[in-house]
Amino acid sequence: MAMTGVLRPGFIQVRVLDMPTAVEHYTKRIGLHQVAEGADGRVYLKSAEEFDHHSIILRRADQAGVDFMAFKVAADSDLDSFEKRVKDYGYAVDHVAAGEQPGVGRRIGFTIASGHRIELFAHAELSDPKPPIHNPDIWNLEPHGMGARRFDHALFYGPDIEKVLDFFTTVLDFKCAERVDMPDGLLAIWLTAGMKAHDIAFVKHPEPGKLHHVSFDLENWQSVGHAADLITRYDISIDIGPTRHGITRGQTIYFFDPSGNRNEVFAGGYTYYPDNPTRTWDETQIGKGIFYYERQLNPAFLSVVT
Amino acid sequence: MAGEKFTINLEGHGVASGFSQERVLVALERAQGFGQLKDLPLKLPVGCRRGGCGVCRVRVTQGEFHADPMSRAHVSAEEEARGVVLACCIYPRSELSLRLETPAAVKEKSRKAAQVV
Repeated sequence: MAMTGVLRPGFIQVRVLDMPTAVEHYTKRIGLHQVAEGADGRVYLKSAEEFDHHSIILRRADQAGVDFMAFKVAADSDLDSFEKRVKDYGYAVDHVAAGEQPGVGRRIGFTIASGHRIELFAHAELSDPKPPIHNPDIWNLEPHGMGARRFDHALFYGPDIEKVLDFFTTVLDFKCAERVDMPDGLLAIWLTAGMKAHDIAFVKHPEPGKLHHVSFDLENWQSVGHAADLITRYDISIDIGPTRHGITRGQTIYFFDPSGNRNEVFAGGYTYYPDNPTRTWDETQIGKGIFYYERQLNPAFLSVVT
Repeated sequence: MAGEKFTINLEGHGVASGFSQERVLVALERAQGFGQLKDLPLKLPVGCRRGGCGVCRVRVTQGEFHADPMSRAHVSAEEEARGVVLACCIYPRSELSLRLETPAAVKEKSRKAAQVV
């Protein structure tokens, strides 16, 4: 097993303006399952393709957006070593006790230069539904809605992404799979802890702590087409797509949840090995990088965030 | 579209037809598609259409409406009481008159995005 330290995205806590419509969207439309509801009203969701207890947490609030994103590390001792490295880098680290979220062990948390809170955890209980393990069928529970297979990544907007790049690569041992450089500096970075083209991405933006989208993995291009059918049938607010990204090569569609938080469902994307060069884009081809078929940004890509 | 039909006047730009069970922003987008709205800043500011991003801020200068929850990051309770709302979160209950109150940051970002290509 070559993967050590930070393994992958674990979960993300999203703020919603109305809980019943949010739960309906993420369960019936995206295709997740509700696994728990906390005493404080937070709702915990997962895909039946995920083993761990949950991957999406919904919290009712009067502002949309994101509270934090948590990554899973390989061993409990990694939490101690990362705490030391984060502190040595100069960031304060706080502790969240085991059980603050159902089925999740202790977490450490810190705020990065873009204004986002990042957490690390090592332990999560398994919960149902989950993939069968012995003589496994492809699924026990039939996929529904868009058939999301996992919470895959998030794109965050905030300032100082040069510092974010430095922090993720030198402290958390991420690699930068792809980047966009504009005449006035670094515009965007796609970071990976493993072999996906991205586990988290950042775009430069003046306001800190903003959410651009929460993304879910689908099986294939046909699944993206089916998602588009559902988006129209259920009057879900569309942003763009189905289309493709030049960056990461994902086949994608963007839309909004009932609180205005952007979602993506996508399929594909290249395999990244840690010895691969960082792919780079400049201002002449950025349109193709973001939306490969339209070959231009839509105005919403840079300005619509929660 | 179900519900009662109302005239929605976007001051200085034109007139749309909306319905009591339809978001005002949807009526404005349709009017834009029919070429009924003139001299818009680039085009009608449309973002998430679900109350989160703040792009479609307007001031209701006349008329009655029903409002869904909208993000307090973009419209405070005091502003909402004075008729500043997100067009995607309101439904007409009478003829309406609106004025665009697009956030300055959104205008600037849209301008830059249009230049990038």
